[in-house]
Parts: sequence; structure tokens; C-alpha cells
Amino acid sequence: MAMTQVNPTRMELTRQKGKLVTAMRGHKLLKDKRDELMRQFLDLVRVNKQLREEVEEGIKAANRRFVLASAVMNDPALKTALLAPKQSVSVEVTDKNVMSVDIPVMEYKTGSPREGDIFSYGFAFTSGDLDDAVRALSDIFPKLLKLAECEKSCQLMADEIEKTRRRVNALEHVMIPEYRRQIKYITMKLDENERSTQIRLMKVKDMMIKENIEQKRAKMA
Amino acid sequence: MYSIAVMGDKDSVAGFGALGLETRFVDEPAGCRKVFRQLASSGRYAVIYITEKAAAMIGDEIDKYNEAMLPAVIRIPGVSGNTGEGIMQVKRSVEKAVGSDIIFNN
Repeated sequence: MAMTQVNPTRMELTRQKGKLVTAMRGHKLLKDKRDELMRQFLDLVRVNKQLREEVEEGIKAANRRFVLASAVMNDPALKTALLAPKQSVSVEVTDKNVMSVDIPVMEYKTGSPREGDIFSYGFAFTSGDLDDAVRALSDIFPKLLKLAECEKSCQLMADEIEKTRRRVNALEHVMIPEYRRQIKYITMKLDENERSTQIRLMKVKDMMIKENIEQKRAKMA
Repeated sequence: MYSIAVMGDKDSVAGFGALGLETRFVDEPAGCRKVFRQLASSGRYAVIYITEKAAAMIGDEIDKYNEAMLPAVIRIPGVSGNTGEGIMQVKRSVEKAVGSDIIFNN
């Protein structure tokens, strides 16, 4: 903040004091918010890391199977096998408010005729590896969705933490010192004015007394 | 009610089709960008899984959706292997929040 010049008046002093109090209260609140966000973020990011490792491992395994399947089967057959999925997935998203950050909560629903029936093809013309690949993917799917939820939350929280940290720092290192400086400036200026008024009064009094004495002397003479 | 989309090269994402996710096959940057824009701006998808390889081509486009609640754009390893871009993303958000990486430094 640039050094703004303020009027050294009592009214301005009261206003600056009010601002300082507000800034300090805001600083404390934001600091608490930052700390709590950070705590939750660290918990979440650990989960995120764990999930990501598991998901990547699972997808890798599924992909390996899938490559095997595509090596055994010809391309059109593979394409046809996966063309019409039996299962359909939809996601219900609600939001949860964590320290003023809206994070998504996802719940998925699978619409399939029978529970666990994920194979959209007959087994006669497809490779067993394809079954394994699809099975592996379907096993990892709940985790995959959890990962999406978790990773998005982490991103959003990281953003908010960064913003909050900047606000806290701006208040702590710029705004509050600036208000303090101005309050000090005004108090000094007011004190100085008061002193100068007092001195002036004293001088005037001296002058009046001197005049009085001289008048009396003139009378006596 | 939202759907889930998966985009990337054909070998990597075809399997997800069997689970009932919507798959989009892309292999070159221009097409990838177009498909991604279409998916992300439609508002129908809560999650867009994208292979790390495809994500690397349109990183700037994906970053635009970082601050929005939906869709969540999640990088997944493709059939050609893991480039580590997905875990890097997590690392980046830790760095952003904490200032330095305290989770992945071991």
C-alpha cells in the first residue's frame, strides 16, 4: 500500500483505530481459516496420493490385459464387443462446504440389468483376456471415482489456501503496519499541536503579565 | 445427474466403454482440444478422465477448469505407460498450498 497522507484530526484517528481493530480481527480469523484448511488439505492429499497410486497400478494391470486381448482378437471384433455397454453409469454430485470452499461429493449409480453383469458381449468370440481387462477396470472403478472427487477437492482447497495465505500476509505485513504508522503519525501530530497551543498560551500570558507590570510601573512613576 | 467421459487414444480408453462410461477417441492435438472443449463446456460431465499423453497436448486448456467445481479433469495413465504427469498434478497442488512439497519428497 502506498504511503497515504491522512488528516491529523481526532476524527481520522478514531477512524484509523477502528480500521486497525477490524484488520486485526480479520487477520486472526483468516489465520485460523488457513490453519484449518491446511490441516484438512494435508489429510486429503495423503488420501489422494494413496488412491492415485492404487488407481494407476490398477489401470496398468487392466491395460496389460487389454493389450493382450487386442493382440489375440482382431480389431473389428474387439470394437464390436465393447460397442454396446450393458451398464450405464450416472453420477450424482452434491457439494460440501469445507471452510467456505465448495468441494464436490460424488455418488455414482450403475444401471445394469443384473448386479455385477458388466460383460457386454458373448464369451464365444472374445478372448479371455478381454474379460480380465474389463473385470480389472470395473474393480478399480469405485476407486477411480473416489480419486476424481478427492483430486478435485485437493485442487480447489489448494487454490483457496493460496488465496487465504496471501490475504493473511497482506494484512500482517502491509495493512496492519500501515494503520499503526498512521495512528502514530496522527497521535504525534495532535500532541505536537497541543504542545504548541500550550506554549502559545504561556507566551501570551507572559506578555500580558509583562504589559501589566509595565503599566503599573508607569502609574507609579 | 451427470455422466462420466473418458478421452484418449483408442487402445487406452476402449475398455472403459464396457463400464458404461462415454469414450472419445483422440490422437492429435487439434482434435483433442476440440473434443475436450466440447466435453468440458457441455456441463453434462462431472468427471473427464483423460490419458496423460492426451492431457500433455492440451495442458493450458485443462488448467482453465482447475478452479471450477465441475468437471473434474483427472489424468490417467494410458496404454503406453505412466508418464508421472498425474502424480505431478497432485504434487503441484501441494506446492501451491504449502509452499514446498512435503508429501512426495521421499
